[in-house]
Amino acid sequence: MSIGHTLLALLESGPRHGYDLKRAFDARFGHDRPLHYGQVYATMSRLLKNGLVEVDGIEHGDGPERKRYAITDAGITDVGRWLAEPEKPEPYLQSVLYTKVVVALLTGRDADSLLDAQRTEHLRLMRELTRRKVSGDLADQLICDHALFHLEADLRWLEITAARLDQLAETVRP
Amino acid sequence: MSRSPAAPAGSLLAAAGLHKAYGPTTALAGADFSVHPGEVVAVMGPSGSGKSTLLHCLAGIVRPDAGTVRYGARDLPSLSDAERSAVRRTEFGFVFQFGQLVPELTCLENVALPLRLNGVKRKAAEQEALHRLEQLEVADARGQRPGEMSGGQSQRVAVARALVTTPRVIFADEPTGALDSLNGERVMRLLTEAARDTRAAVVLVTHEARVAAYADREVVVRDGRARDMAGVGLS
Ligand SMILES: Nc1ncnc2c1ncn2[C@@H]1O[C@H](COP(=O)(O)OP(=O)(O)OP(=O)(O)O)[C@@H](O)[C@H]1O
Ligand SMILES: [Mg+2]
Repeated sequence: MSIGHTLLALLESGPRHGYDLKRAFDARFGHDRPLHYGQVYATMSRLLKNGLVEVDGIEHGDGPERKRYAITDAGITDVGRWLAEPEKPEPYLQSVLYTKVVVALLTGRDADSLLDAQRTEHLRLMRELTRRKVSGDLADQLICDHALFHLEADLRWLEITAARLDQLAETVRP
Repeated sequence: MSRSPAAPAGSLLAAAGLHKAYGPTTALAGADFSVHPGEVVAVMGPSGSGKSTLLHCLAGIVRPDAGTVRYGARDLPSLSDAERSAVRRTEFGFVFQFGQLVPELTCLENVALPLRLNGVKRKAAEQEALHRLEQLEVADARGQRPGEMSGGQSQRVAVARALVTTPRVIFADEPTGALDSLNGERVMRLLTEAARDTRAAVVLVTHEARVAAYADREVVVRDGRARDMAGVGLS
């Protein structure tokens, strides 16, 4: 999963401190794996270096100074590109796909076409595996079948999510 | 050759702007579709989206309220019922989800039947039927009646029957819907191999992705409109 893109997307609704970002991320996406502060700060300094965020203000309090980050136009473009680019189909993709759908809904982008593009990419690979399976020996068949059953499970998830997109949008939108 | 404006070059069967309503229910709302010789196209989409209605319009079983279905030089909806049924009998083959076999006839007689109806002599018809049963790996059951076979065997016999007239287009609506995955895939492998051998086009309605993966291309029907997925995601 791309933590950088997800943190960027969370900045689209307005500037935040690193600490806020971690909390917002954990609340939506960190169910089984909350972020470490170290990850957040390392990610933010990379985004800063690449011009995808900028420092919007610095608070000097009792503790260490706290930077507030804002997304740049380049950052917004980068999130859009990430969402539009289908993931390479492979087993155990759910968590990045779920994140992308939620990010699209959060930022008012087209979640439907994201799901369509992913579905097309999955079926493309499934056709390729099926061709290999049909012309291969038993070992090829079994290996391809294993991948095909997992991709099919992903596809079912994509379909059911597409059917529940309106419902999900209601829980996601602020 | 006359062709409707939207027919893509080289296509064997091409529909444009299909509309069909059943009373207040809109089944098709401007669907386009085309298939090339030797091409296998999977038609997918949610239940009730209009997949079967699309297949029925393409096959000349149902007359759309509006739109064209060009097959060769002909527009199917403009033909008389007798002309359309002649096209279906001689140029198209059909496979559906459940037993379309005649229970009183043996497998061999069932598969020979479409040829007999087209006026072919018994001996020649049964010879060709046997060849198809062999191709579908079910020749051992040639003397059995449909009630004496497994679902997988019956479905392979049904495919053999659909192929026996060497149709130009094979229409299959959930052909593996009643089969387990091993038998379903066997039917798909044999069906697509046989179709590619004879350069027949296949219109395959299915909701199973692993079945659709036997096709060359996928079309998704949503709310009565067909969408070619080839260009999706390349924006
Ligand atoms: N003969 C009919 N009379 C009335 N309504 C019909 C008829 N055939 C289809 N419909 C309606 O038209 C719509 C499209 O039906 P169709 O059978 O084409 O869907 P489908 O995509 O094949 O669905 P499924 O995946 O469940 O087979 C549905 O709302 C259905 O109820
Ligand atoms: Mg149907």
